[in-house]
Amino acid sequence: MKKSKAFWGFLVLALVIYAVVQGMISGGMLDLYYQNILIQMCINVMLAVSLHIVIGITGQFSIGHAGFMAVGAYVSAIVTMKLGLPLIVAILLGAVISALAGLLVGIPTLRLKGDYLAIATLGFAEIIRIIFLNVDYVGGAAGMVVMNMTTWTYAFVAVVITILVIANFTNSRHGRGCISIREDEIASDAMGINTTYYKVIAFTIGAFFAGVAGAIYSHNFFIIQPTTFNFLKSFDILIYVVLGGLGSLSGSVIAAIFLTVVSAYLSNFPETRMIIYSLVLIIVMLYRPTGLMGTKEITSLFKFGKKGGSKV
Amino acid sequence: MTSNLLIKAENVGIQFGGLKAVQNVNLYLNSGELIGLIGPNGAGKTTTFNMLTGVYQPTEGTITFDGKKLNGLKPFQVTKLGISRTFQNIRLFKDLSVLDNVKVANHNLAKHSLFASIFRLPSHFAGEAKMEKESIEFLKIFGLDIYKDELAKNLPYGMQRRLEIARALAANPKLLLLDEPAAGMNPQETRELMELIAFIRKEFGLTILLIEHDMHLVMGICERIYVLDHGQLIADGTPEEIRNNPKVIEAYLGEEVID
Repeated sequence: MKKSKAFWGFLVLALVIYAVVQGMISGGMLDLYYQNILIQMCINVMLAVSLHIVIGITGQFSIGHAGFMAVGAYVSAIVTMKLGLPLIVAILLGAVISALAGLLVGIPTLRLKGDYLAIATLGFAEIIRIIFLNVDYVGGAAGMVVMNMTTWTYAFVAVVITILVIANFTNSRHGRGCISIREDEIASDAMGINTTYYKVIAFTIGAFFAGVAGAIYSHNFFIIQPTTFNFLKSFDILIYVVLGGLGSLSGSVIAAIFLTVVSAYLSNFPETRMIIYSLVLIIVMLYRPTGLMGTKEITSLFKFGKKGGSKV
Repeated sequence: MTSNLLIKAENVGIQFGGLKAVQNVNLYLNSGELIGLIGPNGAGKTTTFNMLTGVYQPTEGTITFDGKKLNGLKPFQVTKLGISRTFQNIRLFKDLSVLDNVKVANHNLAKHSLFASIFRLPSHFAGEAKMEKESIEFLKIFGLDIYKDELAKNLPYGMQRRLEIARALAANPKLLLLDEPAAGMNPQETRELMELIAFIRKEFGLTILLIEHDMHLVMGICERIYVLDHGQLIADGTPEEIRNNPKVIEAYLGEEVID
């Protein structure tokens, strides 16, 4: 079956990437700075892919994704630092609590459409941030000290799982239901798709993996602060998805990797950094208004004589 | 006659703010019938469709389908009970392939769970394979199987109309509501479409309610016709009765000028 072929192809690719990078790390070719960039890359890819399922697949314009990341980051930090449990438990708990937050926010807000939904989710993310800002248990504005526990292996395995789950979801009747909501909600409803259910499901899965990304993030630096998760962070994630092409999983992955590299490189020029970063975005959007990949997937580029686009 | 009653609307009406868009509509369909719903522009035909499918909730009256009350149900619940529809202005999933359009409607016939799909359990593969097979069968009936990997938006207009019907059929309806299926088609295409509708009706044992502007066509294939004007039913009966009904002639042509 062609889908399982893509699946094994992806796994092999993932293993090769992992082996190469791991080899370079143990060979001493990648110092801590580059390892850190790689982990950052993994986190951004996870964030991009988890927002892709909400915006790209289901077509619900949510710009509060940093809120879910914050939930994952803080919950996992509490689990490791205050309760002393291992990192893997922390990641899972952070993700589950974040998914619950997604469920809680999704049920009332997903009846809103377009701009209204965007504002509601933005408001939610701000509420989360303000809560963490004012709770002394997690350090308030000064932030919370977290041990550096994330390794490249953790980050990479998490990315692979995230991509697999979201790709599997998309290529099933459930994913098609979500895409049909993006395409035409009225028609989707008339064809028997429970639109509210699928919107909430997509939102919850998105929140779950944003929570994973948050957990990995919080254990990568030595401190987490509420200001990290402000609305600019949400916009960063949104940019990955839009730049990659709405509806394209591989597009959002590529965009997240690309922009992480660009912003890491630009940190050498702190004065002009944001100017160049913005220029890159403007130029890409001018020449590729539908994003880097449009709605196509990278796999469709290799299938000659076959029309891509539908297999999101 | 009432033994095989499929859908019945009693005194159904809807009000948008102060405007009574449709009022006191009484209609019924027996199993297997092909019924027409006609009327001038703005008479409330599509509004009536929207009430039957749950898109609008009627503000008065009751609708019963197959012994169940439809009032208060959401469109997807109505579809699950067995009412499927097409749209006047085509509403395909434009960026999905032709096959995937049909698969979306086939959704409720499949059983594999979200969990099975995410973890790729055997039931996922079995379920998806069954959906694929069934969807291709539907496409074959409409002669669309050769376009199955094409994006829906790239199909020619007439094919898009056909695809909408194929999609509606894939939702496994007992009652099919067609909202101007022949709009924008030339006489040749219209004739083919009508033959197709007659065919699927027999093949799937469908009951069909049809909105259409082409009088010739409606008179030709419908067993009974309901006529709406200004949100009210002004006549119902066989095509012959409708043709000679003075109220219908008045609604379409205007009153006779009396000096």
